[in-house]
Amino acid sequence: MLLSSYDPVMYSRMLTGLTLAFHIIFATIGVGIPLMIALAEWIGIKRNDEHYLLMARRWARGFVITVAVGVVTGTAIGLQLSLLWPSFMKVAGQSIALPLFMETFAFFFEAIFLGIYLYTWDRFKSRMTHFWLLVPIVIGSSASAFFITVVNAFMNAPAGITVEDGKITAISPFGAMLSPAMPTKVSHVLVTAYLTCAFVLAAISAWSLLKGRNHVYYKKALKLTMVSAFIFLISSALIGDLSGKYLAKYQPEKLAAMEWHFETTSEAPLVLGGILTEDNEVKYGLKIPFALSILAHGVPNAEVTGLNDIPEDEHPPLYIHYLFDLKMGFVAMMVLIASAFMLLLWRKRELAFSNKWILRGIILAAPLAMLTIEHGWIFSEVGRQPWILRGIMRTSEGATVSDHVDTMLWVFALLYIVLAISSVTVLTRMFRSNSAEQEIEAKGIKGGDEQ
Amino acid sequence: MSYEVLGITVLWIFLFGYLIVASIDFGAGFFSYYSTITGKRHVINNIIERYLSPVWEVTNVFLVFFFVGMVGFFPDTAYYYGTALLVPGSIAVILLAIRGSYYAFNTYGTNKNNRFYMLLYGASGLLIPASLSTVMTISEGGYIEVSDSGQVSFLFSKLLQSTYSWTVVLLALVSVLYISAMFLSYYANRANDRGAFEVVRKYALAWSAPTILSSLLVFFAIRGHNAEHYQRMTEHAWMFVVSFACFLIAVYHVWTRKRLGLSFIFVMLQFGFAFFGYGAAHLPYILYPYLTIHDNFTSEPMAIALISVFILGLLLLVPSLYLLMRLFLFDTKYVQGKRGK
Repeated sequence: MLLSSYDPVMYSRMLTGLTLAFHIIFATIGVGIPLMIALAEWIGIKRNDEHYLLMARRWARGFVITVAVGVVTGTAIGLQLSLLWPSFMKVAGQSIALPLFMETFAFFFEAIFLGIYLYTWDRFKSRMTHFWLLVPIVIGSSASAFFITVVNAFMNAPAGITVEDGKITAISPFGAMLSPAMPTKVSHVLVTAYLTCAFVLAAISAWSLLKGRNHVYYKKALKLTMVSAFIFLISSALIGDLSGKYLAKYQPEKLAAMEWHFETTSEAPLVLGGILTEDNEVKYGLKIPFALSILAHGVPNAEVTGLNDIPEDEHPPLYIHYLFDLKMGFVAMMVLIASAFMLLLWRKRELAFSNKWILRGIILAAPLAMLTIEHGWIFSEVGRQPWILRGIMRTSEGATVSDHVDTMLWVFALLYIVLAISSVTVLTRMFRSNSAEQEIEAKGIKGGDEQ
Repeated sequence: MSYEVLGITVLWIFLFGYLIVASIDFGAGFFSYYSTITGKRHVINNIIERYLSPVWEVTNVFLVFFFVGMVGFFPDTAYYYGTALLVPGSIAVILLAIRGSYYAFNTYGTNKNNRFYMLLYGASGLLIPASLSTVMTISEGGYIEVSDSGQVSFLFSKLLQSTYSWTVVLLALVSVLYISAMFLSYYANRANDRGAFEVVRKYALAWSAPTILSSLLVFFAIRGHNAEHYQRMTEHAWMFVVSFACFLIAVYHVWTRKRLGLSFIFVMLQFGFAFFGYGAAHLPYILYPYLTIHDNFTSEPMAIALISVFILGLLLLVPSLYLLMRLFLFDTKYVQGKRGK
């Protein structure tokens, strides 16, 4: 039934979803890694520690490969927006062209300075000059995430426009950027990108330590990345809570669908896990009393809108509950791993770098963090259905009517598979053939001072 | 100047920027591959790599800038072109993706000079201009059908059978090779690399005549395809004459091996005059005959906001681009390979 006939809307959704799912892996890396490189280079210069400088160099080398894939898939999604959603882009062009435009500026800025940064390692007398080149890269990469999330926030909660009979009549370009969804979305996207990159880099060091390579370089890298990860984890949890409160106020249907909350009640319980029967009854779920009211409004007896009060053709799909629970499960595991590491670092320092279980946990945390990003996005995007612009345009009205969307879906799927395999091969080969120890020896880096 | 004209001028300038930097890039990829199979890679590869490595990402941004700005200033273009271009646009995106990523895999990965990667890189560099140039062809009208209900359909077979579209493809291919070889001649000369210079100089001279011939061909093909546009182009005839004069000056300097920087400036002027002459004659149509720059132009507050942001953005970009060029284009020590990475 799903794919028996050619349905451009369905195929457009699948192709956009596929491109975004692939792009955000590289986009997340693109946003977070520059910050970690900057941290390492800063510490290296300040402490005059060559190990940290080498860390920045090695991370930057791998980063280029991911940037390349990020840039090309970003170009793909940029063009696909117009190719697959022409009617939507016509409306978006009127209302949110400004942040889209600013995003390309940020991208431009980052691209210029990344090129300079990579080719001027030993060019300036002062090491700080080279460090300052990272500032526009960090600003540019975070700003492009900022502006593109502003666009997405507008789609979730349009603002700054006047709508009459389904047509946009008046627009305030800057007002459209300040949608109610913007603050929570933007901060959540940025912090979780930093978090994920800290975990990804931590996993690489943990992997080497687990293989018995005990060089102090890896210990320094692990400590830097895990302490950063812990801080980002706390901040993303706080912002996550604010996102819940935002949903209750502006997108109650998304919150209700994700929590399977049907009747509008006060003292609403939160459902963990469980399955939904045909007639919308929750079975086997774990109910936590008052928790949903607290999540939504901060007080246990607050009233939370239920799905039954929302027209049925505006219900998001109810399976987003599973996505949300899965995501929170991943988050719980990451909290556990990061806290355990911090506890060891504080109490039994040597164990933090040698205990096999903690190292394995850190290696696991990296894919978990990436999966959390994917789940978070899928949950957020599917939870907005049936709207492409909430309250203004339905997804089915925005899609192309062209033929061949199905063929394009297969072609792009093939492209992403090939790109994924090649980039992973190139990256692993790059670091296997030139380990940190080899490079330290080749460069004649002295030291090895204790952590 | 009205906001519409200002908007389209800004976008046209960016498209021109893309035309120049992308041509250098695409052509260099092709020459790099071609020199491998003819056994001259060791002669010219150093200069190509030294130029491309710091700038390869920037090239893409010009293109993204153009199409994002286009949708911002002229939202209706998203509807018409978006619907029509699904297949050619997707092909261009896939080629760009292959090219960009395999360039990075080859340059920064361990296994340099992977022949297969270089083939992907070189071949896609020639196919991308061909697929992107279809947008220009479509803008002349005749390849899109719009029904009474506003449904847009793209006449793919008509495009494939049209002489005009093939002359545009030919011009795109030939000019890419010409622009790139002219630039590399300048760059090799600055690097004091005689061996490389002699090779790329031959490429440049070899591609100069085909460039002018295919330009003429396009000129006549437009007459057959869109008489109205041809008529307006003859009204701007002086621009094409100046363009031809610039071409002669540029080639003369490469021929005599003197003042190659000036020569490349004249290459840019040659394409600048032709490109802006073509663009000016194309106005007011963005898509003949359905869409002019006055139809559904974005709202005034949005136009003002976009233009303000654009000016602020330029204040950031121009110094940054200047810094990039200072460090990698006009730094003699870097160009000659006397600086470590």
